[in-house]
Amino acid sequence: MVAIEVKNLTKMFNGFTAVDNISFKVKKGELFGLLGPNGAGKTTTINMLSTLLNPSSGHAKVSGYDIIKEREKVRRSIGIVFQEPALDNRLTGKENLEFHAMLYGMNKKERNRRIKEVLELVGLSDKANVLVGNYSGGMKRRLEIARGFIHRPKVLFLDEPTLGLDAQTRRHIWDYIRKLNKENKITIILTTHYMEEADYLCDRIGIIDHGKIIAMDTPNRLKDKLGGDIIILELEGNADKFMNAINKLKFVNSFKKHDSKLTLMVKKGEKRLPEIISIAQKKGVGIISATLHKPSLENVFLHFTGKTIREKEASQKEKFMEFAKRRFRR
Amino acid sequence: MINAIAIYVLWLREMKRFVRAKSRVIGTLAMPIFFLAFLGMGLGNINIPSMAKDVEYIHFLVPGIVGMTMLFTSMFAGMSVLWDKEFGFLKEIMVAPVNRVSIVIGRIIGGATTSIFQGILILGISILMGFKIVSIPAFFSSIVFMLLISSTFIGLGLIFASKMKDIQGFGMITNFVIFPLFFLSGALYPLENLPVWIRYISYLDPLTYGVDGLRGVLIGVSSFPVLLNFAILVGFSSIMVFLGAYFFEKSESV
Repeated sequence: MVAIEVKNLTKMFNGFTAVDNISFKVKKGELFGLLGPNGAGKTTTINMLSTLLNPSSGHAKVSGYDIIKEREKVRRSIGIVFQEPALDNRLTGKENLEFHAMLYGMNKKERNRRIKEVLELVGLSDKANVLVGNYSGGMKRRLEIARGFIHRPKVLFLDEPTLGLDAQTRRHIWDYIRKLNKENKITIILTTHYMEEADYLCDRIGIIDHGKIIAMDTPNRLKDKLGGDIIILELEGNADKFMNAINKLKFVNSFKKHDSKLTLMVKKGEKRLPEIISIAQKKGVGIISATLHKPSLENVFLHFTGKTIREKEASQKEKFMEFAKRRFRR
Repeated sequence: MINAIAIYVLWLREMKRFVRAKSRVIGTLAMPIFFLAFLGMGLGNINIPSMAKDVEYIHFLVPGIVGMTMLFTSMFAGMSVLWDKEFGFLKEIMVAPVNRVSIVIGRIIGGATTSIFQGILILGISILMGFKIVSIPAFFSSIVFMLLISSTFIGLGLIFASKMKDIQGFGMITNFVIFPLFFLSGALYPLENLPVWIRYISYLDPLTYGVDGLRGVLIGVSSFPVLLNFAILVGFSSIMVFLGAYFFEKSESV
């Protein structure tokens, strides 16, 4: 029943801990997502699970095989789509698939049938004999996904499958990933730093930051942990009395005032909003605007890390620039 | 646990890439052809000391240029791993359920095939320019030497490729490894003309025995006995292939 079992996995590079003692399990047939900013340790985790990197400590099993002691068996049972393209540009799409299928020991008849099947699934049948060097970014990605599961792996790793693709192509690729997971019953682990991707695709998500998994659950339950919907009111005038009244309301899980904006976490927000507005009117506070939205994974990420994913990435960039400056000054 | 299919697939890939990269092949062949043409014509009638009296310079030069072609194409073939690293394709190979030894063997056989093909091409062009091979069997013996030179330097190329992170150092290797190996080998002039201490260094250069062996079989004149050249080259190529495989095995692909 368990496709992947990770126990206390750690990877250090010259004193820097990229993956810090993580543990998780992925069930067979599950679509599991590792969500986190760039540099959080997602790719390093995937590289360890796919036997490309040796862990510094800890263990993991992929479809029952130990990633250190049974590397070749692990390799045989997985498919992987790397973050950066890993295609031979001087071969055609079909030749890239053939190369792969032969390396995985498929016989000619099986090979030809599967190549036709997977090319159809990703919509590249008519480009099969074009050199990959002439493919667009989206086509390359699709070809790589096709290649990743041509040998019928039990587990498929997708490292940032839609990085750098336009919205339309992203949609298409999401559909292929879903189809693979639901119709072909392949266990899929994907990494992403796109909230909407994790939300749309994954059965379960592990939020990873600084090499640690800080939260893990289904997207809906992660959002529920925030305490309901988010209501933001823009206020006018003295709000003290109103705030006192809000404080006494049982259905308000938490609230925060920032300048003239009041943010409330409320279960079933759409029903409670009129009630809150009428209280405001009674307490003599003007409301300039009111917005209600369901919590997104972005809010979840903010809740668990204290920063939005974009701020995280920006601060990491700053750190790097600072580091680079010091390097050059020397 | 040698995987024959994997070896074949890697060989096939080299063949396909070779056939499609015509401009690159022309580019690598241009240099030996220029050497042949200009040195052959320019130095054709000059009397070079310590060269056997009845050997014309063009006959002395051709085996050297064939050796040079083998050196350059084989080193590049071994180091082509770096390009696979650069374009990410190496990861695709490394994550496949195939052991590293098979991958190395596939690369060496693939690289040797294209190198030997180019060596034969140069030999053919020299024949058009007036070069004469002593006999038909001599031609086949020369292919044996080409294979040994080629596997030696593919092995050396693999060692460098495994130790380097990216293709930035490629020019350095060309200038500070490949060219010295070429000049030290006696491909262009008899080693007897070099100062003694440089001659001793040249005895460490595998290409010295490659070029001398090629001369021995192709024109029947050599500094060392052909069998000695053969034996030393077998030693060099075994060591290089083993070390190339060893370092490739140890290198990380990500």
